[in-house]
Amino acid sequence: MDSSLMNAVVDALLSGAVTTIKVTAGALAVALCIGIALSAAAFLTSNFVVHAAVRIYVEALRNVPSLTFLFLLYFGLAALGFRLSSMVAAILGLGLIGGAITIDIFRSGFQAVPSGQAEAAASIGLTPLAAFRLIILPQGLRFALPSLGNYAIALIKDTSLVAAIAAPEIMFNARQLVNETFETAFIYGAAALVYLFLTMSVAQGVSLLERRLEVR
Amino acid sequence: MAADILLDVVNLGKSYGDFAVLKGVSFSLRRGERVALIGPSGSGKSTCLRAINYLDPPTQGEVRLDGQVIGRRSDGRRMSDLELAPQRAEIGMVFQHFHLWPHLCVRSNVALQPRKVRGLSHDEAAKLADELLAKVQLGHKADEMPHRLSGGQQQRVAIARALAQQPKLLLFDEPTSALDPELVGEVLTVIKELAGEGRAMVLVTHEIAFAREVADRIIFMDGGRIVEEGPAQSVLDDPQAPRLKQFLTSLAQRERGDG
Amino acid sequence: MSFLSVIYENVTDWAPRMIAGLQLTLILTAGGFSLALLMALALEYLRSRQNAAVRLLGRIYLALARGIPILVILYLLYFALPAAGLTLPAKLAGIIGLGCVYAAYIAEVLRAGFNALPAGQREAALASGLTPLQTFWLVLLPQAIRHMLAPLLINLTSLMKDSSICALIAVPELTLASREIMSESFLPLPVFMLTALLYFFMAWPASVIARVIDHRLRSYPPRSVSKMPDVKHAMALS
Repeated sequence: MDSSLMNAVVDALLSGAVTTIKVTAGALAVALCIGIALSAAAFLTSNFVVHAAVRIYVEALRNVPSLTFLFLLYFGLAALGFRLSSMVAAILGLGLIGGAITIDIFRSGFQAVPSGQAEAAASIGLTPLAAFRLIILPQGLRFALPSLGNYAIALIKDTSLVAAIAAPEIMFNARQLVNETFETAFIYGAAALVYLFLTMSVAQGVSLLERRLEVR
Repeated sequence: MAADILLDVVNLGKSYGDFAVLKGVSFSLRRGERVALIGPSGSGKSTCLRAINYLDPPTQGEVRLDGQVIGRRSDGRRMSDLELAPQRAEIGMVFQHFHLWPHLCVRSNVALQPRKVRGLSHDEAAKLADELLAKVQLGHKADEMPHRLSGGQQQRVAIARALAQQPKLLLFDEPTSALDPELVGEVLTVIKELAGEGRAMVLVTHEIAFAREVADRIIFMDGGRIVEEGPAQSVLDDPQAPRLKQFLTSLAQRERGDG
Repeated sequence: MSFLSVIYENVTDWAPRMIAGLQLTLILTAGGFSLALLMALALEYLRSRQNAAVRLLGRIYLALARGIPILVILYLLYFALPAAGLTLPAKLAGIIGLGCVYAAYIAEVLRAGFNALPAGQREAALASGLTPLQTFWLVLLPQAIRHMLAPLLINLTSLMKDSSICALIAVPELTLASREIMSESFLPLPVFMLTALLYFFMAWPASVIARVIDHRLRSYPPRSVSKMPDVKHAMALS
C-alpha cells in the first residue's frame, strides 16, 4: 500500500470524523433540549393544546425519512431566502428529528418512575414543578439512559446522511477521495471502521455510565 | 418380569455437574396402580417425575413403560425430542402451573394433541374434547379462552388435555400447589374420580390426606433417595424412618397452625 | 393556497416520476424486509446452536450491522464490490444492504418474542407427544407472533424510511425522484413537502396500527407477572 494514499485516507477520515463528532454533538444537544423541554411540558400540564402540539411534532418527524427532511430543510428554506450552511442545516435537521425521538424516550422514563414517588412528593408539600424537578426528573433520566444511548448511536450513523447536503463529514470526504484515487474498497472499508469505532465507544461509554448509576 | 408391570424405574439418577439431585431411585408400578411421591422440597420427587418422560433426562438408570425403554435408542444413545414424541404421547402429564395453550380456546386445548399426534379428524377430536370436558365438569366452558377460567378450572382443563392423549400412564406434578386453597378441592375430586377408574398414576403432592385417599402406595423421598415406601396406610400411620416421622409431624403441626 | 396551486399546476409533470419512485420505494421495502426476515431466522438459528465459533460469528455480524451506517454498507456493496469483480445493480445492492442491516434488528425482535413465552409451554407441548417442529409451529410461534407483530411493523416502517438512503447510490426511488424533479423545477419546498407527505401517509398508519396492537397485547391477561414499563419498548412504539 502506497504511503501517500495512506496519509491522504487518514487525513480525510480524521477531519471527517471531527465534523461527524461536531454534527453528532450539536444535534444531540438540540435533541436533548427539545426532548427535555417538551416532555416536561407534557408531563406537567394537562392542557390539550400542548399535548396536541407535541404529538403533531413527534408524529410528523418520526414518520418522514431523515434524508427527505434534510433536503426539505436545506433546499426548501433556501428557496424561501433562508440559506443555511451545510453544518447548520445538518445539526438543526438531525436535532429536530432527534427531538421527536427523545421526547418519547423521556416520557417513557418519567412514566417508569413509580407513581408512589409523585404521591409521596405531593404529600410532603412540594409544588408540582418542584416535585418534577427534584423527584421525577432525576429518577426518570436514569430510566431513560439506555434508550438515550441507543439513540446516540443511531444519530452517529445518521450523520452519514448529511454528506448529501455537502457537510464535510466522514462519508463526504471518503467519497471525494474515492473520486480522486479510485481505491473504493479500501477507503469505504476504512470509513466503516471509523464509524464502528465511534458507535462502539458510545455504546461502551453508556454502559459504563449505566453501571455507575446502577440503572436497574 | 411380571406381565402386569406397567412402569419400571430402575436406578434413576440425575446430577448437574457434581451436584446429584437424584441418587439411584427404583420403583415399579402395576397396571392400574397409583403411587404418590411425597417428601420435603428439594427431595428430588419432581425431578424423578420429570425424568420419567425425559423432560429432565436422567444421567443414569432406565425407565421402561410396558417393557419399552423410554428415551434411549437400542444402542443406548439418548433420543432427540423428535424420537421421544411417540413415547411421550403415551404418558399424560399435568403440571403445577397448568401450561394451557393461551392462544387456543378450551376445546382446542384438549383437541390439539388428538388431532396432531393421534391423527383424529377435526370433528372426532372436538367430540372427544367435549366428552372429556364434560367429565371434568367444564362442558360449558369449551369455547372460553383459558385466561377467563379460575385456576381450579384451568387445572381441570389441563387434566382433560392429558386424558385426551389416552395415555397409559398419568403423571401429576404437584397439581394443586399453585391453586388458592378454596380451589384445591375441585381438582382433587377430579383426580380421585380418575383414580376410581383404575388409571395408572404417579403423583407428586403435598396433600398428605389426598395421597392417603388416592394412592395405593406411597414413596417418601429425601435427599434424592427413596427413604421409605409401602402401602399408604402403613407409611403414613406407622412410619419407620426418623426422617419420615419428622416430616409427617412438621406437616401435621403446620396444618394445625393453619387451621 | 400557493402550495396546493403549485402542486396542481405541476401534477401532470411530476406524477409519473413520483409514482415510479414510490413503486421503487415499495419494492426496496418489500425486498429488504423479506430478506431481513429470512436472515433474522437464520441468525436466530445460528444463535441457538451449541457451537461457540458459530455463535461468535453471529455476534460479530450483529455488531457490524448495528455499528455501521446503512449508507456505508450501501457504498461498499455498490461501489466497492465491483472492484472484487462483483457488480450489483443499484436496486439489488439497496435491497441487500437494507436486508442485511435490518436482519440484525429483526433477529432481536424474534428472540424477544420467543423469550417472552414461559418455558412450560415448550415442556408441556413436548410432554404431550408433539414433535419439536409441531411444538414450534402449533404452540410457540402462534403465541410469540403476538409479541412480535408490533415491533415488526415498527421495523417495517423504519426500513421504508431508510430505503430513502438508496437515493445516494442512484436508485431512483421516491427521494431521488423528487430531488431530480426539484433540480429541474427549482421548487424545492413544494416538491419535498409533497414527498414528505407521501412518506408520512405510508409510515403513520403503520405506526398507529402498531400502537393499537401493542395496547391490545398489554391488556391481554395471561401475562399475570406485572412488570415495570419497558422503556426501550415504549420508545420503539411511540
